[in-house]
Parts: sequence; C-alpha cells; structure tokens
Amino acid sequence: MIVPLDIILLVFVVITGIAALQIKDLLGATIILGSFSFFMCLIYTEMGAVDVAFTEACVGAGVGTVLFIAAVHKTKRRAKD
Amino acid sequence: MLEYIISKYNYWVYIFLMMLGLYGMIGKRNLVKKLIGMNIFQVAIILFYISIGSKVGGDIPILTAEDLHGMADPGKYLNPIPHVLMLTAIVVGIATTGVALAIIIMIYNRYKTLAEDEILEIRKKTGA
Repeated sequence: MIVPLDIILLVFVVITGIAALQIKDLLGATIILGSFSFFMCLIYTEMGAVDVAFTEACVGAGVGTVLFIAAVHKTKRRAKD
Repeated sequence: MLEYIISKYNYWVYIFLMMLGLYGMIGKRNLVKKLIGMNIFQVAIILFYISIGSKVGGDIPILTAEDLHGMADPGKYLNPIPHVLMLTAIVVGIATTGVALAIIIMIYNRYKTLAEDEILEIRKKTGA
C-alpha cells in the first residue's frame, strides 16, 4: 500500500463521484460512472486485492456501463437535475 | 487528535462517498440518477470492506514455493476473506442494477418520463 498514490486515487474517485451525480447529460454521467469504477479498480489493485480489481474492471466498469448505455438509449437522454 | 484524524483518512473518504450516494438516492429526482447514487453507495461499502483486510507492507494472499515447505507466515499476507465476500457483492450489485434498469425502461414506456415528481403527478391525475 503506497500512501501518496492512495491519496491521489481517492481524490480522483471523489471528483468523478460528484461529477457523475451533478452532470445533466445522462450519457455523460454514465461514462463518468465508468471512469469512477475504473479508478476504484486501481484502488483495489493498490490495496492488494487483485481478484476484486479484475472483477470490478470487467463486471463493474464493463458490463455496468454497457447496461446503463442501453437503458439511456431506450429512454430519454436529458435529465432536469 | 489531528494526527489521529489524518491517519484514518481513508475512512473519512468512505464516509463521504457513502453520504454522496445517499444524497444521490434521496435528493435527485431522475430515476437513472438515483441508480447512479445507489452504485456509488454500494462501491463505498465494498471499498470499506477491502480496506479492513488491507495492511501496510502486506503481500497479496498467494502462496509462494518456499511457503509450501512449512514456512508460511500468515502475518505476511493480507486477509483474503473480505476479498472473496466482496467479489460476490460486486456481481450481485451488477445484477441488481440490471433489474433496476429494466424496471426503469418499463416505467418510461408507461409514463413517457423519468422524473419522479412528474410520475407522481401523472399517477395522481389519472388515479392509477
């Protein structure tokens, strides 16, 4: 566990989390949520949980983003808040 | 006191992420935004569990060749039990997200909107 890298990645996770909730374009929010999952996967790797990291990378960041994009494509793209 | 707060910095970040997800679920009116908040909440809890099993200077829990000859030191390795539990939690979380998105698509087909207050308004007006 490398402490400066840990702090940098946690800051990135907080920024992408806030941005995913605040942006009004739902497709953009989905992509930012995918990058949130990716930074989370880097944190898992850095903490030594490599199995959790690759599950998060393929299931969380991959399949989750695809499901969200499909749902946004079937419904409306703009959100009011 | 200040050193104590700073030394536990990761827990403060997890609490912040958890409250961010809770705000997304309660404060946002769009249903997809609520789902994104749920995902953030879930990931914060998973990160908390992984952090419990982590330690400074620990190695990943895979036995090497000399460990197999009776010299395995459990204190050298990270605790793998939270890792295995959270592996299941990630997959279950994606399954939950998929079901929720299917329900969101059905709601959109019926009400032609995704905003919670507009859906409640339509339901009140039509009585169904």
